Amino acid sequence: MSNVFIALQTNEDTRQIIEAIVQDNPHAVVNEQPAMVKIDAEGKLVVRRETIEELIGRSYDLQELQVNLITMSGNLDQTDDEMILYWNA
Amino acid sequence: MDMQVAKKKLGLKERYAVMTRGLDWTPSYQKMEDIYPYMAYEGIKIHDWDKWEDPFRLTMDAYWKYQSEKERKLYSVLDAYIQSNGHLNVTDARYLNTVKLFVSGISPLEYVAHRGFAHAGRQFPGPGPRVACLMQSLDEIRHAQTQIHAVSNYNKYYNGMHDFHHAHDRVWFLSVPKSFFDDAITAGPFEFMVAIGFSFEYVLTNLLFVPFVSGAAYNGDMGTMTFGFSAQSDEARHMTLGLEVIKFILQQDPANVPIVQRWIDKWTWRGYRVLTLVAMMMDYMLPKRTMSWKEAWEVYFEQNGGALFKDLARYGITIPKCTEHIALEKDHLSHQAWSTFYNYAAATNFHTWMPDADEMEWLSAKYPESYDKYYRPRMEFWREEAAKGNRFYNKTLPMLCQTCQIPLVFTEPGDPTKICYREVDYKEDKYHFCSDHCKKIFEDEPEKYVQAWLPVHQIYQGNCFPEGTDPTVEGFDPLAAVIKYYHLEFGRDNLDFEGSEDQKNFAEWRGQATKNA
Amino acid sequence: MHIDLQTVSIKPLRHTFDNIARRIGADKPATRYQEGTLDMQQTANFHYRPTWDPDHDIYDASRSAIKMADWYAFKDPRQFYYGAYTLARAKQQDTAEANFDFVESRGMAANLPESVRDTVLKLLIPLRHVAWGSNMNNAAICAYGYGTGFSQPHIFQSMDQLGIAQYITRVGLLLGSVEVLDDAKKSWVEDDTWQGLRRLVEDSMVVQDPFELFVVQNVVLDGLLYPLVYETIIDDVLSAQGGTSVAMLTQFMTDWFAETKKWADATVKIAAAESAENKEILAKWIVEWRDRAAAALLPVARIALGDRTDELMGEVVQQFNARMTKAGVAV
Repeated sequence: MSNVFIALQTNEDTRQIIEAIVQDNPHAVVNEQPAMVKIDAEGKLVVRRETIEELIGRSYDLQELQVNLITMSGNLDQTDDEMILYWNA
Repeated sequence: MDMQVAKKKLGLKERYAVMTRGLDWTPSYQKMEDIYPYMAYEGIKIHDWDKWEDPFRLTMDAYWKYQSEKERKLYSVLDAYIQSNGHLNVTDARYLNTVKLFVSGISPLEYVAHRGFAHAGRQFPGPGPRVACLMQSLDEIRHAQTQIHAVSNYNKYYNGMHDFHHAHDRVWFLSVPKSFFDDAITAGPFEFMVAIGFSFEYVLTNLLFVPFVSGAAYNGDMGTMTFGFSAQSDEARHMTLGLEVIKFILQQDPANVPIVQRWIDKWTWRGYRVLTLVAMMMDYMLPKRTMSWKEAWEVYFEQNGGALFKDLARYGITIPKCTEHIALEKDHLSHQAWSTFYNYAAATNFHTWMPDADEMEWLSAKYPESYDKYYRPRMEFWREEAAKGNRFYNKTLPMLCQTCQIPLVFTEPGDPTKICYREVDYKEDKYHFCSDHCKKIFEDEPEKYVQAWLPVHQIYQGNCFPEGTDPTVEGFDPLAAVIKYYHLEFGRDNLDFEGSEDQKNFAEWRGQATKNA
Repeated sequence: MHIDLQTVSIKPLRHTFDNIARRIGADKPATRYQEGTLDMQQTANFHYRPTWDPDHDIYDASRSAIKMADWYAFKDPRQFYYGAYTLARAKQQDTAEANFDFVESRGMAANLPESVRDTVLKLLIPLRHVAWGSNMNNAAICAYGYGTGFSQPHIFQSMDQLGIAQYITRVGLLLGSVEVLDDAKKSWVEDDTWQGLRRLVEDSMVVQDPFELFVVQNVVLDGLLYPLVYETIIDDVLSAQGGTSVAMLTQFMTDWFAETKKWADATVKIAAAESAENKEILAKWIVEWRDRAAAALLPVARIALGDRTDELMGEVVQQFNARMTKAGVAV
């Protein structure tokens, strides 16, 4: 299965989001580059609202992620609770 | 949360559906084909617009909220950068030439994208794609403007950017990016979406922005890095739109598949040819390199694009054939391009130079198969000649490819010692091409591509001199007249970096900051 | 290496881009509105004709009957470029959000007098479709208009109208449920009350001249609809009947119209001042579409105004005429 990825700006807002992503996706590989973090994962990557909320201690709307998003790859499915990136093949 | 509903809380998907889908109706006082006149002529069949899947489901209130947050951040960084003379923190003044290339070659395209998505958004009868296109139209004018605002301060201190709008419509090599976007916006709305939404945004944009923006970060250009990353955050939305468009069209009717395949083949190649500018920027123009063009192509196209096309195989789409050619060219592209610009540095709005010994080492290491064998010797020769005072400037005009408009400088796939030429006789004329792919694009739509405004032809026809120029007077210097027509200042905007005003000023200004007067 | 650069005083080579200096008459610092607007649209050496409109160039001033020596004569008095625009809207959105919260948290929607609630459902909710039509028309003006000074405000206008359609949708959901929206759409498509207006909106969608479309949508239709519905009916008539909370929910529209009409007036004024021919064309468009729009709005106004309809509609038209006269087109 191919990799999907998501890249975020490196800053105060994203540190805990990245932590949450890693927590929910043990197969993900974090790749730190100047001013940005790229997270690769085979087949599928899930960003969960609840995990982020637990880490940041406030309510979080997944659409807020867009403020710090750099790029991504894969099909996208987003609900109130999860943002999923995946390949079908 | 935005657009929240009081009693029965609707989920994101349902809420978005009533906020967009519910707004349209089937007209009865005017015919559908009069309201949406461009939906049929490309041959794409759409049976049910409601099958469209919205990728990001942003309502306008959320859009304003998040986008204004991004803008606030961006302009505060920019203001601080300007106030502190941040431009003097870049690695060295050669770096600034990437900014010149960007503002004259790329920013004007963001503007065309803005208009193109307004057009596509107006023409698609489905509310889902329409809203997504219009939001992208709004984002694209943001990109054009934030880029110009970021570059505005550089323009105050450095040359080559002072009349970039004028340059974009005229300067010979800028017809490469310009004709690319003109081609897309003059195509039908569906082809535009495949060209820009899918091929450019989804498949190729990472190759444009990520290297450029991380290049800026590596080279101490906070201003560019900030607008770049800020623009990229919209890009993620645009990419998913591009992918949804493709999947939607393919699912609607099997007859759409061959049409879409031809467009993907065409636009991957067209986009790749434009990225030649990025290739040479990465390998030659960034004083501190991020990754080589070849590595970027491998990561962002071969791996990532490979995954994408594997995913699209279920619809009957195959990876464009031109990628085989591109794989053969990846060891050569940037070297051939930079050599060309080095030759024609008298007619560009940025400076060129030959890499120093360390940089040549880097190039050998990144391109072990090609650099030392084919390119190092000629570059060393040029460097030696320049040191002797014989900096070489080519004053003859090259033959251009009728499709991509790049001079015919690329070599045969698999044989880097032989220039690749292709030609086609059409009606009364002969047309020239850089490759089989550009030739095929022409043959599929000759009536479109015969219209191309080819800078070299136009110069020969006398259309690129300032008004009132008399080319018959004794001692007429055509190059000088063309430079005037471009609004370039000879000796300031063009020629070698070595000895340029930018080089001198930067050294002096930085000296003031680091030494006591 | 980090250098303290703030201490360096260096003299710039130039203060703005050449095209801006040519337009403002000197090399002096320019605003972000100017640098982000002037000459943004390409003007020369286009490579191909649109396959969808081979009679015109990609950008082509001859798509309109209005003739301008310089399309950058059009300036947005709000000086909106993207950044200024989104910041302004985000601020209004904060207010709107606070208003919705206020109405919701105090259960004010449930306490509306039945007649007011009924009027809102019948009159306001179907207007989301009119806003949707405007979203589409303004996208067309942005796409086919000439010069960024003229085209740029229309993408803002287009997205504003989408936002308005969504605010109206929220009012519907607050007062009722998804069924309220379905009923309103049914009225919009089927009820006699709405057919004049729906015909007008659909007819506007096939107007080819981008400037005429600007007149139809942003000058005439909005110029009658907003004063009638938001200022007269909601802010005055319904408020007097115990419906002040409705006015809170539509404050965005009221403020939005007060702001955008200044830009619309400025645009009419500049086009009319250019030539007698322009003025004549504008007068013809304004009168023709005003009469149609006023007639189409009459049955809609009657939902709330009853026997006072003709009188109040007459006042709205009179105000509109005065506005146009002030903008230089006597009608």
